[in-house]
Amino acid sequence: MITLYDYELSGNCYKLRLLMGMLGVDWTTVPIDFYPGREHKSEWFLKINPLGQLPVIEDDGLVLRDAQAILVYLASKYDAVGTWYPRDNPALLGEIGQWLAFADGITGTASAARLHDALFYDFDVEAARAGAHRLFRILDEHLWFGEQEGRDWICSASHPTIADIACFPYIMLSEEGGVPRQDYPAIRRWCDRVKRIKGFTVMSGVFPAGPAKAA
Amino acid sequence: MTKTRCTDQVILDLWHPLAALAEVRAGVVVDTVLLEERLSLAIDGKGSAAVWRDRADLAEGSLVDVAAVDGKLPVKLAYGYIWTSLGNPPADLFPIPEFDEPDRRKLNAATVGVNVSAPRAIENFLDMGHFPYVHTDILGAEPHTEVKEYDVEISVDRDEILATRCRFFQPMASTTSTEGADVDYIYRVPHPYCSVLYKSSPVDESRLDVIAVFLQPVDQEHVRAHMMLCILDEENEDKVIKRFQQTIFGQDKPILENQFPKRLPLDPRAETPIRADKSAIAYRRWLSQKGVTYGVIPAAT
Repeated sequence: MITLYDYELSGNCYKLRLLMGMLGVDWTTVPIDFYPGREHKSEWFLKINPLGQLPVIEDDGLVLRDAQAILVYLASKYDAVGTWYPRDNPALLGEIGQWLAFADGITGTASAARLHDALFYDFDVEAARAGAHRLFRILDEHLWFGEQEGRDWICSASHPTIADIACFPYIMLSEEGGVPRQDYPAIRRWCDRVKRIKGFTVMSGVFPAGPAKAA
Repeated sequence: MTKTRCTDQVILDLWHPLAALAEVRAGVVVDTVLLEERLSLAIDGKGSAAVWRDRADLAEGSLVDVAAVDGKLPVKLAYGYIWTSLGNPPADLFPIPEFDEPDRRKLNAATVGVNVSAPRAIENFLDMGHFPYVHTDILGAEPHTEVKEYDVEISVDRDEILATRCRFFQPMASTTSTEGADVDYIYRVPHPYCSVLYKSSPVDESRLDVIAVFLQPVDQEHVRAHMMLCILDEENEDKVIKRFQQTIFGQDKPILENQFPKRLPLDPRAETPIRADKSAIAYRRWLSQKGVTYGVIPAAT
C-alpha cells in the first residue's frame, strides 16, 4: 500500500489525497508535525527527503518526493482509464507539464503568502501576493478563453488532468494569504467544476460545492 | 508610562499570551506584536522569562541573558505560555485547575495567525450551531443539527461567562473516540480574549478534556490564536493530537476570516441572534458592561 507522509494543512499534500481519492486508491498516512514541530526538517525525515519538504510517498519500495512528480507517478500507475495523464498524447503531456510548472509557481506565491499570514514565515508577503495575482490573471484569462471554446479544464481535453489537481489547492486556499479571487470569475467557475469531480474530497479550509445548477 | 496605540484601558490591563514556551529556544530573542506594539521576548529555560519593547540592540534571533534585560514588561508563565501586559495587570490569571492534574497531556496544538478580531474568534469558539456544517463528520453531522437548550450565566464573583448543560452529538469528539457520542460541553469565558471549554472525555466518563483558545490581539482585526490542550489521551503521539486540533481549527479559519464586519458589534440590534446564540449574547453584553472598545463596534450610547 502507498504510504503518504502528510500534513493536513498542506495544499501540496492535499493534491495527492485528492487524486488518490478520485482514483479510488487506498493509502496509509504518516502524520508529520510540519507546524509547529518542523518535523520535515528533522534528521530522520531529511534521510527520506533531503530537501526537507512534504509530501513524500513510498510505494513498492519507491520513495518519491515533489507533489507534481508524485501526481505524474500516481496517475501513470493507478489510473486504469488513462485520462489523468494520457501517456499516448504527446501534445497533451506537454501542456500538462507546462501547467504543473505553473502550479509550482502558485506554491511559490499564493502558498507563500498563506504561510506568512498563518504560520508566520518570514517572506516578502507583498511580493508573494503580487506574484499570485499575476499568475491568477493568466490562468483566469486562459480558462475564460477555454470556456468560449467549450473547454472546462486547464488542458485541451474533454476531461480533467493532473494539471487541474496541481493548480487547485493553493488557488482555493489563497484567501488565507490575503489573495482574494473576486476578480477571477473563470477561476471561480473552474474551482466549482473541480469540486464536482467524482471522488472529490475536502481539506481544512476547502468546502464542498453545492450541487450544480440544472441546465 | 509609554503611550500605546490601543487606548482601551480594560484591554491594556489584561494579561495577553505571546508564545508557547515549548516553542521558544532558551536565551534567544523572539519578536512578536501585541496590540499593535512590537515586543520581544526570551526565556532562560529555567523558569524565567522577559518581555520588553522591541529595540535595536536586541534583534530577533540574537542571544540574550534574560536576567540582564532592563525595561521589562510584566511577565507571567502559565498554561504553557508566556504572558505579558501593557498596563497594570491583576496579580493572577484566571484559574484552570485541571492543568495541575499530572496525568493530562498538555500541549500547544498550534499558534496560528488569523485575519479576525479576537471577539469574533471567541464567539465562533462558543458556537455549537456550526459543528455539523463546518466540522462535518468530526464535531457534528447532519441530521443532528439541533443546538439543545443550555444554560448561560455571568458569574459575578468570578467575573466570567459560564455556559453549562451543553450537549451535542459528535461523530468523532477527540483522537480517542471510537464511535459517535452525545458529548457534554461546558464553556467558560474568563477573559475577553480567552475561552476554555470542557468536553466529555471518551476515555474517562467522570472527567472532562480541557481545550482553550488564548487569543493574542495583534491589532483590532488580526490575532495569533494559541490553542492549548489539556486532555486525557494515553494512546496517541503529540503530533496526532495536534493534527486533530489543527484540522478543526483549519476548518474554522476561512469562516472567521470572512466575518463581516470584522469587529464584533455590541449593539444588541446589530445582528439577529437565535436561541442557540445565548452564550454569544451574554458575551457581547459582558464586553459592553466592561467597557471594552478594542476589536468591537461599541453600542451607541
